[in-house]
Amino acid sequence: MSQQSLRERLAILADAAKYDASCASSGTARRTSRGGKGIGSTEGMGICHAYAPDGRCISLLKILLTNHCIFDCHYCINRKSSNVARARFTPQEVVDLTLTFYRRNYIEGLFLSSGIVKSSSHTMEQLIEVARILREEHDFRGYIHLKTIPEADPELVRRAGLHADRVSINVELPTLAGLTRLAPDKNAAVIEGAMGDLKGAIVEAKDARRRFRSAPRFAPAGQSTQMIVGADGASDADIVTRASTLYDRFALRRVYYSAFSPIPDASAVLPLQRPPLIREHRLYQSDWLMRFYGYRPDEVRAAAGLDGMLPLDIDPKLAWALKFREGFPVDINRAPRELLLRVPGLGTRAVGAILAARRERRLRLEDVGRLTVSLAKVRPFIVAEDWRPVLLTDRADLRALIAPRRGAQQLELFAA
Amino acid sequence: MNAQPAPDLAEACAVTLDAPDDFAGWRETARRLLQLRVPPDRVVWSVAGEEAGDLFAASAFVPDAPTDAAPPRVPRRFLDLAGKGLLHSCPDRFALLYRLLWRLQDRPGLLEDAADRDVRSLDELVRTVRRDIHKMRAFLRFRAVSEEDGAEHYVAWFEPQHHILRASAAFFVNRFTTMRWAILTPQGSLHWDGEVLREGPPARREQAAGGDPAEALWKEYYAAIFNPARLKVGAMLKEMPRRYWKNMPEAELIPALIAGAQARESAMVERGAALFVGPRPASLAAVAEGIATCRRCAIGCNGTRAVAGEGSARAELMIVGEQPGDTEEPRGRPFIGPAGQVLRTRLKAAGIDPERAWLTNAVKHFKFEDRGTGKRRLHQNPTAREIDVCRWWVESERLLVRPRLILALGASAARSVLGRTVSVQSLRGKAMVLEDGAELWITIHPSYLLRLGEDARETEEQRFAADLGRAAARLRELAPGV
Repeated sequence: MSQQSLRERLAILADAAKYDASCASSGTARRTSRGGKGIGSTEGMGICHAYAPDGRCISLLKILLTNHCIFDCHYCINRKSSNVARARFTPQEVVDLTLTFYRRNYIEGLFLSSGIVKSSSHTMEQLIEVARILREEHDFRGYIHLKTIPEADPELVRRAGLHADRVSINVELPTLAGLTRLAPDKNAAVIEGAMGDLKGAIVEAKDARRRFRSAPRFAPAGQSTQMIVGADGASDADIVTRASTLYDRFALRRVYYSAFSPIPDASAVLPLQRPPLIREHRLYQSDWLMRFYGYRPDEVRAAAGLDGMLPLDIDPKLAWALKFREGFPVDINRAPRELLLRVPGLGTRAVGAILAARRERRLRLEDVGRLTVSLAKVRPFIVAEDWRPVLLTDRADLRALIAPRRGAQQLELFAA
Repeated sequence: MNAQPAPDLAEACAVTLDAPDDFAGWRETARRLLQLRVPPDRVVWSVAGEEAGDLFAASAFVPDAPTDAAPPRVPRRFLDLAGKGLLHSCPDRFALLYRLLWRLQDRPGLLEDAADRDVRSLDELVRTVRRDIHKMRAFLRFRAVSEEDGAEHYVAWFEPQHHILRASAAFFVNRFTTMRWAILTPQGSLHWDGEVLREGPPARREQAAGGDPAEALWKEYYAAIFNPARLKVGAMLKEMPRRYWKNMPEAELIPALIAGAQARESAMVERGAALFVGPRPASLAAVAEGIATCRRCAIGCNGTRAVAGEGSARAELMIVGEQPGDTEEPRGRPFIGPAGQVLRTRLKAAGIDPERAWLTNAVKHFKFEDRGTGKRRLHQNPTAREIDVCRWWVESERLLVRPRLILALGASAARSVLGRTVSVQSLRGKAMVLEDGAELWITIHPSYLLRLGEDARETEEQRFAADLGRAAARLRELAPGV
């Protein structure tokens, strides 16, 4: 085989990594490079250094150490039987690339993953070596996210957390049946076991630091996971259920949803058509409802249709409100925070502003208009000093009145 | 407040601040104005060196406040917000801040009223400035240049929208402490030598050197991490507006990436067709000849023998399987292995004579896993791409035979006929009308039955028989002679 240049390998190994959705670089401990030998800092909030035309942020150098793989997962472009170009980096090459990009302010840090070569533990050791060189030899204080390999020796998985800000293990598919069918080499029990180990290590390290300031940090930005949407038959309700269980059981920071996208040289078992991107967006919205708006998983499921799918033309919060209209209208001047958060069109920011402002005076509809993006959406669901939606809430065509006119298409354009 | 009467100021009071981000100056002056009880509509604010706000302002100075005047009190939060809002480039910002300060004296809770017009305006200013600071941290790009002493020096050119240069310095110092760098902007420049931060005069774009070999690598990365299957230009533009593009090396790739994206996705689906040029084969014999030498996919190149379709050239029924197997390949005939036997038996049971149908496969060569000499070759599923390449041959057979009914066995066969992957389980046992009027019936591949355990096998065999029965009945309707 001819020698591939660094550029060629970068292209191959970045291309192979792009199906990982996460690019977050937030939520870790604050650090600066002052008083150190190297470079790097982390703020509470991550920085997106560029955006690609797919609308996704580029915050980290997201690459694989190698895309050679002994596994044969159908949805994965790097599976053993896939006919893609293969390449590998040495740990030192990844370190150099990371520092070269970081110095020019292209990235916040590194997100490193890998195909499985030789064995899971061998691969994991290589990943850890990259992080170790960056931290120990270069005193790099930027962000590091390591994808850990559930089948690797648990001791290695623990070592990863000592260098990395975030560790993650992908659950891959929302259903057990999907995993068995599409990822024959993976085992749900092993994946969950490893996630459980990580949770234990994170909790333990937090506890130790509470007592001894010198205790080492362990993955201060916690752990996350990813599942692929649209490759198996799981409905939105299934996915929401699965996600909430994962949040509960493993104290995850985030569950990422990745709409299955047709990959070159796909296995014939897979659908070639992608699910609508808006579906992924609706799942993130329902995820938000559970994490920041106080909805229980069964309430989010109730927003879905009989087939278990969330509507694509309206967001899940509006769908819920239209279904459970008896809880509305909500009095903007009296209702507690929990109820205000249920009003379609009021985000956490707007609710905070309303709570602060109404301590000063009673709010009129016009005031609410200044605090929200779309008064038309909010109006049918609230009571203000000078406003009462007498008939609106009961109208059968309410959905048509407030649903965005051009439907899902338009929303997709502005989706985050 | 103190009962001291306001001094007799002229029509308006003009204040000139030292710099557009001179918060300390604004704060000091505003405190004095407040103590003198000068109402907001009597003050005209401007910045030294910029166009004066009101040329006819009479008074050019603010007298000292009476020494016994009580210092005005404001919430700590106001100072934080004002410090940020003042960095905005809007010329009215000083007046807005003073008006809020004035109103706060009577309404200490005013800032909580987010629906108030002035509070809202301040909030807007602060948000815009924060965003500008954030975008500077995000989109500023350093370029490495070698100094005479051989050390690396990093230079960036950036054009902020607001007066945020000084406010941004700490971030870059904290992040790149051990590097030597300079940030040049039209408002001024910052120079860090590893220990001391120096401010310099406004700069021009040309002063930031061009060309850093790392940019080629970065562009390679940017193009590769982009997923052409999901184009969301609006989402990109919302977060990375065009005005930032000219100083970001990767941005010059964007138009080409967008243009290529849709083409790339559809190419992924239809890649097969482009490999074939010239007219389609004129006879089934020509198809057989063509596939024998076809090397358009990896399976074609594995040294196995191609297996052509066989049966009646004028068949009303065409049966498509997946690919030849371990038995079929050496003998060059389709459906003679174990699965083929099951099929032939079941067809006869359903009243279909296999000899009068056209029997063929979605893929013409045998794809297998080589486990060494002497071992049986283990069947491997063809990939979607391999099926798509071979579609050209299957389509050619269809055009020549012109069957009324096509029976596709399994997912690979269905894909071969339809050009897309469908769910066999949900479509089996019913007709799909194809473009040329022929009907497609989908069922499982008989090899599936061979892999099942005793219990499941019985049920599945019945379902398979039922599928065949329905297809056979339909075939008799379409072509009563069969």
